[in-house]
Amino acid sequence: MRIAALVLRILRQFIRDKRTMALMLAAPLLILTLVDLVFNGENYVPNIGLVSIPTTIEDKMLKEGAHIQKYGSEKDAVNDLEQQNLDGYLLFQPGRSGKLVLEGSDPAINGVVMKWSQDALKPLQPSNIKQKLKIAYFHGKEELRQFDYFGPVLLGFFAFFFVFLVAGISFLRERTTGTLGRLMASPLRRWEIVAGYVIGFGIFTMLQAVIIALYAIYVLDMAMYGAFGYVLLITLLLSLSALTLGILLSAFAQNEFQMMQFIPIVIVPQLFFSGLFNLETISEWLRWIGLATPLYYGAEALRDVMVRGNGWDEIYGDILILAGFSALFISLNIIALKKYRKA
Amino acid sequence: MEEVIVSIRGAEKTYGKQIVLKDISLDIKRGEIFGLLGPSGAGKTTLVKLLVGLDTPTSGETYLFGQRMPCLKLAGRIGYMAQSDALYTELSSRENLEFFASLYGLKGGQRRRRIEEVAELVGLSSSMDKIVAQFSGGMKRRLSLAAALLHEPELLILDEPTVGIDPVLRQQIWSAFYQLQQQGTSLIVTTHVMDEAEKCSRLALLRDGSMIAAGTPEELKRETASNTMEEAFLYYGGARP
Ligand SMILES: Nc1ncnc2c1ncn2[C@@H]1O[C@H](COP(=O)(O)OP(=O)(O)O)[C@@H](O)[C@H]1O
Ligand SMILES: [Mg+2]
Repeated sequence: MRIAALVLRILRQFIRDKRTMALMLAAPLLILTLVDLVFNGENYVPNIGLVSIPTTIEDKMLKEGAHIQKYGSEKDAVNDLEQQNLDGYLLFQPGRSGKLVLEGSDPAINGVVMKWSQDALKPLQPSNIKQKLKIAYFHGKEELRQFDYFGPVLLGFFAFFFVFLVAGISFLRERTTGTLGRLMASPLRRWEIVAGYVIGFGIFTMLQAVIIALYAIYVLDMAMYGAFGYVLLITLLLSLSALTLGILLSAFAQNEFQMMQFIPIVIVPQLFFSGLFNLETISEWLRWIGLATPLYYGAEALRDVMVRGNGWDEIYGDILILAGFSALFISLNIIALKKYRKA
Repeated sequence: MEEVIVSIRGAEKTYGKQIVLKDISLDIKRGEIFGLLGPSGAGKTTLVKLLVGLDTPTSGETYLFGQRMPCLKLAGRIGYMAQSDALYTELSSRENLEFFASLYGLKGGQRRRRIEEVAELVGLSSSMDKIVAQFSGGMKRRLSLAAALLHEPELLILDEPTVGIDPVLRQQIWSAFYQLQQQGTSLIVTTHVMDEAEKCSRLALLRDGSMIAAGTPEELKRETASNTMEEAFLYYGGARP
């Protein structure tokens, strides 16, 4: 089958080009790790106060190596919190759900305290920890752990960025080396070329998505309250839109360097509008840009699944739009190839 | 009565304001080795692209096997070798040939057999597992040619097939052309080398997008009282009385 031949060829090229493969697989992991280190301060061991807490939790925290301080009454704990001797305290009152009060001024530390507390509570309440544990802030206002909040955006961004670039450059090469003309002179149909690229890169992208997502969730401990399958589905659809957009835009580049020029024009703006920064603060008349970018929907859906633990009902709209982007780009590609062969 | 398999009717091609092909009309018969001779920039590649269906004339028509081009159905009957080596340089020559063979529906044992045959024909049998990036220009040229021959097309359209190939190999490749011709294959070959023109059954002389003459090498020389193709070319170009 012709498409199978195309897929095999693309995979073979990938395997030969070890550097590009490494770029697509290892670079996202490296950058995610750096971001995680910068924003999470994983190494920071928080000072946590415990007010009338079951000993099981205390034992768990001690075992994990937390600096803990026990208090008889909440007042003492509040006092220490004010003195900044504590980063937060946990409070359990009979008949009511647990409460976590955070010092609140440093989001990175907030995150660490929350993580420690939640980890300690996990064995007690395997599900719905978020709902059970009431979180209050002594200073500042409620804020998610930073990395948890924009981690999903970065996950989507890397899937998008590297696939866009590598697929775009591959197709550009196909055009500039004349192999595209060679394909066009063969019985291969235009849609078969696009299908071959989608499947060939799709297989590779799938691998990339699995590795990045597993790494982010299990190694970097990115928040993950939803289903892993959804994360993969969203990442894959996002990559598909990146792949098809990359191929489409490669028609407007004469060489690899011009392909790079799309990064500040096409890629970076998406990042700005995808929720990495609060959209409310962006002028009304600029906000529509986000609505026109695949990353906006991908990031939103990923955050829905990973941070909010939502399921299909909340994400299917975003998924449909992502699929719509890909369908649009695929059709445009098939039409654009007419330039090289009219029939 | 010889069958006409390629027919170009008043083909014109313009890129913006530049006229690249001017009113070309030409018939090519089955079993011919037809040469398109002209200096660089004459419009040979453009004409070849019209024939293969990679481009369409601004006006006029081209017909292959009686069908108006471009026509996807005919792609399997044509073997095309572009002027630039359209190869995947990360892959080995075998992998390149496997890929192109599959595009034309060759599989299994037949594909393997054809790959061996064409590799033999272009003298690359010993370099089949070498990565194309390590090839010399001449080797790439020969691999491109091999790729065009894989599916045993009725008509071969070759754009400067022997550029960068040394005289001994060039001789070999021309004997391969004659061998193919004997088997009933028709060939269209572009060249800017005069002595290659002599080897064609018939040829057309192109200059600045115009066809300045067409005929067998003997006819062209006789008509212009020339001893060589070069002299004939100069005569038609108006540079020689
Ligand atoms: N895509 C194109 N756009 C503009 N001009 C072109 C294009 N392709 C070819 N030309 C021009 O057409 C003329 C003939 O080119 P070409 O057919 O490649 O000649 P040849 O193959 O005989 O050397 C040249 O002057 C070239 O600059
Ligand atoms: Mg040329």
